[in-house]
Amino acid sequence: MDYLLTDEQKMIKDLARKISEEKVKPLRAELDETGQFPWELMKVFAEADLCGLYIAPEYGGFGGGCLEFCLATEEVSRICGGVGVTFAASALGCYPLVLFGTEEQKKKYLPPIASGKKLAAFGLTEANAGSDASGIETTAKKDGDYYILNGTKQWITNGGEAEIYTVIAMTDKKRGSRGATAFILEKGMPGFTFGKKENKMGIRCSATRELVFQDCKIHKSQMLGKEGMGFIVAMKTLDRTRPGIGAQAVGIAQGAFEEALNYSRTRVQFGKPVSSFQGVQHILADMATQIEAARALVIATARTVDTGTDSISRDSAMSKLFASDVSMKVTVDAVQILGGYGYMKEYPVEKYMRDAKITQIYEGTNQIQRNVIALQLIKESAATK
Amino acid sequence: MNIVVCIKQVPDTNDVRIDPKTNTLIREGVKSIINPFDENAVEAALRLRDAGGGKVTVITMGPPQAADALKTAIAMGADEAVLISDRAFAGADTWATSYTLSQAIKKLGAYDLVLFGKQAIDGDTAQVGPGVAEFLDIPQITFAISIESEGGKIRVKRQLEDTSEIVETDLPAAVTVIKQINEPRMPSLKGQMRAKKMAIPSWSAKDIAADENNTGLNGSPTKVVRIFTPPPRGKSELLEGEPEIIAKTLFGKLKEQKVL
Amino acid sequence: MPEGIRVIAEKCKGCRLCVPSCPYGAIEMHGKLAVINDKCVLCGACVGPCKFKAIEITVTKKEGPKKDLSGFKGIWVFAEQHQGKVQGVAMELIAEARKLAADLGEEVAAVLLGDEGIKKAAQELIHYGADKVYVCSDAKLKNYTTEPYCDTIVELIKAHNPAIVLMGATTTGRDLASRIAARIRVGLTADCTGLDIDPEKKILRQTRPAFGGNIMATIISPDFRPQMATVRPKVFKKLQPDASRKGRIIELPVKISEKSLRVKLLEIIQSTEKKVNLAEAEIIVSGGRGLGCAENFKLVKDLADIIGGAVGASRATVDAGWISQFHQVGQTGKTVSPKLYIACGISGAIQHLAGMSSSDVIVAINKDQFAPIFNVATYGIVGDLFEVLPAMTKTFKELLS
Repeated sequence: MDYLLTDEQKMIKDLARKISEEKVKPLRAELDETGQFPWELMKVFAEADLCGLYIAPEYGGFGGGCLEFCLATEEVSRICGGVGVTFAASALGCYPLVLFGTEEQKKKYLPPIASGKKLAAFGLTEANAGSDASGIETTAKKDGDYYILNGTKQWITNGGEAEIYTVIAMTDKKRGSRGATAFILEKGMPGFTFGKKENKMGIRCSATRELVFQDCKIHKSQMLGKEGMGFIVAMKTLDRTRPGIGAQAVGIAQGAFEEALNYSRTRVQFGKPVSSFQGVQHILADMATQIEAARALVIATARTVDTGTDSISRDSAMSKLFASDVSMKVTVDAVQILGGYGYMKEYPVEKYMRDAKITQIYEGTNQIQRNVIALQLIKESAATK
Repeated sequence: MNIVVCIKQVPDTNDVRIDPKTNTLIREGVKSIINPFDENAVEAALRLRDAGGGKVTVITMGPPQAADALKTAIAMGADEAVLISDRAFAGADTWATSYTLSQAIKKLGAYDLVLFGKQAIDGDTAQVGPGVAEFLDIPQITFAISIESEGGKIRVKRQLEDTSEIVETDLPAAVTVIKQINEPRMPSLKGQMRAKKMAIPSWSAKDIAADENNTGLNGSPTKVVRIFTPPPRGKSELLEGEPEIIAKTLFGKLKEQKVL
Repeated sequence: MPEGIRVIAEKCKGCRLCVPSCPYGAIEMHGKLAVINDKCVLCGACVGPCKFKAIEITVTKKEGPKKDLSGFKGIWVFAEQHQGKVQGVAMELIAEARKLAADLGEEVAAVLLGDEGIKKAAQELIHYGADKVYVCSDAKLKNYTTEPYCDTIVELIKAHNPAIVLMGATTTGRDLASRIAARIRVGLTADCTGLDIDPEKKILRQTRPAFGGNIMATIISPDFRPQMATVRPKVFKKLQPDASRKGRIIELPVKISEKSLRVKLLEIIQSTEKKVNLAEAEIIVSGGRGLGCAENFKLVKDLADIIGGAVGASRATVDAGWISQFHQVGQTGKTVSPKLYIACGISGAIQHLAGMSSSDVIVAINKDQFAPIFNVATYGIVGDLFEVLPAMTKTFKELLS
């Protein structure tokens, strides 16, 4: 389908595809097997100027927006969801800076991220605070010109590999959802360590670690936004990065679908290619339709985000919800189409299926997304009454 | 260092197939790319420039669409590009091509180093690099796996069949590079945008003062009289069964064929 | 329609066979007529596929005065030598030159360059079939560098006017032949796999692969002498040496200017690897990505040892660092044409096939029934190489003893 992309957007898409095909594809199976972090690949993306797509030119970025970012993320994820999320999660960690950073903070942190010299990560989730983000227990106690952080963040993508972290901590429990504050932390700050690397079902080359704060003392200039704005920072960030996860999900689905389609044309049973059987044709048609619908929704949402409007929560939640559900279904179907071969690790589709699952869970589970959508629908309905 | 890199746009022969029914080349869907060895040459030039300063100019002799190959090189980071294009150049063999390229290089002005990929993956001759070197009357070093430059000289390691050599020569010189010399960088986004905006000059036979008796089909000492696809091999015989049985059967057949 | 080529409209039946045959995508159909656009580079690949002979390359050659080429006689073979030892390819070419010489009624000469001691090697060339050997000895010619060798051979050619000059398509041969051909303006065909004499015109027809081995081209150099070609090693077989054969050894003076010494050979490094003479091997057992890891090359080596073969490798395994590049077979590795090539866990990408598809017998072992290698295999085994290879090694060992 023609999404009326500009020449530059096409260039970004083609370049991301080229790098993914030529550099990521030969390594993806090994990265999945070993769980090794794809540093060399991130370096290639950085040198191709793809790490700062959504960052303004004055900080060394490309000056694009959510759409450019989604186009690149889909292409990378089409080859490997793990490398795709490594790429995308850096944007997640960086967006709070883009939205809320002071000029000084932007000048300091955005250029190395745009140039790919440093990766970023976003720290919100905790052991007792997943969907219920307001239940976070990491504290940031004010101490003169400093804040002292204590607590543990869980399942942080790029944790331990990234240099720059945007972390949400409670500065005033009494104020409830207005009691959290966002901070910028750097790897190596005293009191800031990491837990072990998690052993995951999918996106295995993506590094997932705990962030451990033990009397981590940071200067108040590391505060992002104002005290008490923590959850607003988080919500506004996630609203703008959810389409990116949608794009990752679409990419994973697309990659799995292409494998299934190609296989079905070469696999001969009962004297005919499997693609000639109507049962298989219907599955393929459904897969392709759903992927296209998911892509269209992600791109439309990305365009809306780029207009700068604030009311994007509903669209953003829809794009992530729908794309990730499609991705799960499509990848399961892809394994089914490859039959026994689909179950074997020598063929790439089982990896797509394992990679797809997380897209229904992180950046807000699909149940939470439905909550967000429903509440928004009701709110809009009430307003028009 | 002022470096000129000669590149060629070729069909991606890795994707070219023979149609088993008609026994002819199938080129449909095969894209045009910059010759892979030439990418190595461009990368080698960029690294020398990045290390020691200078300029990298890429040139190619070809039809108008060959400018796309030049743009790829610009996107990788080359500074300038020139397309050498004229109907008179069509059908050139390696002699006529070497002549034409050397005329263009003479027009470019002063240069220190001329780089080439070892061979083009369509012609597979490896003759143009030395040919241009002869026309320019500069020393040639072929099959380079590394190039070091130091004060007006280059030291090159050549990879031969079973040995390697270290050779040295003063600049200007011509060098052809092999794939193992480096890993070419990806074109960057900024590079591609620069390439897109760049107007690439196109030089005709007249612009490079090329003698019409030396260019194109007319100027080529060699002539292609026939192109054919190699006769297809017969269908393969599949051996089945337990590994030991397969091994015994195979042994028998290989003995019959007198290869064991 | 671009100059130099035309579609004969009356003969074109609109069958479209030419369209996909053009490597440059230069042919389009306008209704039922093939039309050639500006992408055409006059390579001629479309002429053959047209069953109706409707495509014609029109040579708009400016007819100058016809040159008298009758004074060029003799077939020369460059006797490439390393450290004083003449390379096998020279003997192979002498054997082939003898056949061409018979068709032309001319003599075969070997051209031997080296230091003072190189004359010793001349007699052997006569035993292998040369009628005479031109020997040029000079300290400056001890090791190959381009210009001293080029200068010397160009002088020889100008003095003795051979009709044909052949060299092995080795790194040396390709480096040297290209420079010579450019200097004296003659046709040079690279990497030939077939040579013969056109019975009517008495000129050399040179056949060679192009497009990564996907097509073969036959080339002639009708108007310039000598006709030069570099020839792929191991394609032709050398004759049995005949010690009773007599011939003339002609020593010639060498004149090399200072200028020609501008490339200095500083060091020759022998490969520290045990010499892998893949190019000479009659049997090769080759391993690909299917082996899984470097250690598993042992399975390949075990079989190779039993049957007296060399170990080859696909590019994937070399890139992965499982084995050194000296073992690499393929378009960017070595071209081999052994009697027997056993491909283990190799998919058969066209780049690999380009390096081994002219092997006499090809055996392929791959667990993927769709692997392209089965398209060229004489015998195919769809199975697990971890079972098949050891079984072959064990069984062959028993049956051979």
